[in-house]
Amino acid sequence: MATAATPSVNDALVEFLLRTGDNTLILGHRISEWCGHSPVLEEDIALANSALDLIGQTQLWLGLAGEIEGKGRTADNLAYLRDAAEFRNALLVERPNGDFGFTLMRQFLFDAWHFELLTALTQSKDPRIAEIAAKSLKEVSYHIERSADLIVRLGDGTAESHKRMQDALDQLWSYTGELFIGDAYDDVLAEAGIAPHPASLKDKWLAVVSRTLSEATLKIPSSTFMHKGGKRGIHTEHLGFILAEMQFLQRAYPGATW
Amino acid sequence: MTQPVLPSLDQVRQWLSVVPDPEIPVISLTDLGIIRDVNWDDDTLVVTVTPTYSGCPATSVINLDIENELRARGIEKITLKRQLSPPWTTDWISAEGREKLRAYGIAPPIDGTAADGRLMERIERLASGSNLAVACPRCGSSRTEMVSRFGSTPCKASWRCHDCLEPFDYFKCI
Ligand SMILES: [Zn+2]
Repeated sequence: MATAATPSVNDALVEFLLRTGDNTLILGHRISEWCGHSPVLEEDIALANSALDLIGQTQLWLGLAGEIEGKGRTADNLAYLRDAAEFRNALLVERPNGDFGFTLMRQFLFDAWHFELLTALTQSKDPRIAEIAAKSLKEVSYHIERSADLIVRLGDGTAESHKRMQDALDQLWSYTGELFIGDAYDDVLAEAGIAPHPASLKDKWLAVVSRTLSEATLKIPSSTFMHKGGKRGIHTEHLGFILAEMQFLQRAYPGATW
Repeated sequence: MTQPVLPSLDQVRQWLSVVPDPEIPVISLTDLGIIRDVNWDDDTLVVTVTPTYSGCPATSVINLDIENELRARGIEKITLKRQLSPPWTTDWISAEGREKLRAYGIAPPIDGTAADGRLMERIERLASGSNLAVACPRCGSSRTEMVSRFGSTPCKASWRCHDCLEPFDYFKCI
């Protein structure tokens, strides 16, 4: 687009809902990959249940995106029939699972942000967004309590678990910056009181994250370099592999239902 | 053509109060508190249902069960409405429902202990007041501990009892 025209509230809403729904969809899919592979049965169940919550929330967010977009696309259409460049999730959630500690660290960094986002969205001037946020927040409050608890137990655990958690944090930290970068769409929604500006969530997120990490005896990396691009559709190669698996059935058998 | 007499709303609620939850069949949909409203819109019965968890796989089964039950009772025109707000809370589980859960072996939710996302503050708060003591549904002992925050369905956590040594489900507070 050549002009830098201010996006309409409607366009900004659709973009925001895709970003929100794509984050929950891709992370939900990622953690569902653990099903049957976790170190202990209880954690297997916890990951599968968290995935279910996130995918349920995706249906609400993408369902509303399709409705507001008004082109007849359903949540399923949006999840299964878009290509990687049309996905708007942050790069953080498409990082491969790594070991259990890595998965948990990614979850914790995301949960802490997700919690602040949803808390702010419960005050949205758009009641459709406020009610999805209120519903999701109950589930995400539970997620953050679980992930924060495990971060402390593993970070402040054995030498081996501590090392793995610190390695995970070192690798993932540079993917957190993108969560707080706003653009013209975010400006429009913040101005309209529909969604918080991403930058406004940073301090609260950092407070919870710093406190938990310090209790876990983990050190926040000093490097300030941050990857970005996901929310504009510029992804790492990992997203394509996720979509290949997630979308296969609908691509191979269009419209299949059961 | 004669207009059939529509059943009263009390009658409809009565019918719904025997439709079992598909995952925990010992309690009914009304015990669970997910039927938010029933109303006649002309000759169409509108049943408003709120989901428990947004991704709960039982949601579509619940809708189907409601429809089947009402059709079997002779109601022809039915609309199911999904209501998200206010979001479902375990506070809405009836006293009778809680007793049925306990008898079935699932410890009922303890009101006021829902996660609020502030683990540290919560631990302090719980420690200063009464600790979260979930009574074992089998032997009644409060010497119990949480094994996992999650359980066999989205609405449950896994606990175990130190007295009778049995594992049990706790219907987590939300
Ligand atoms: Zn016992």
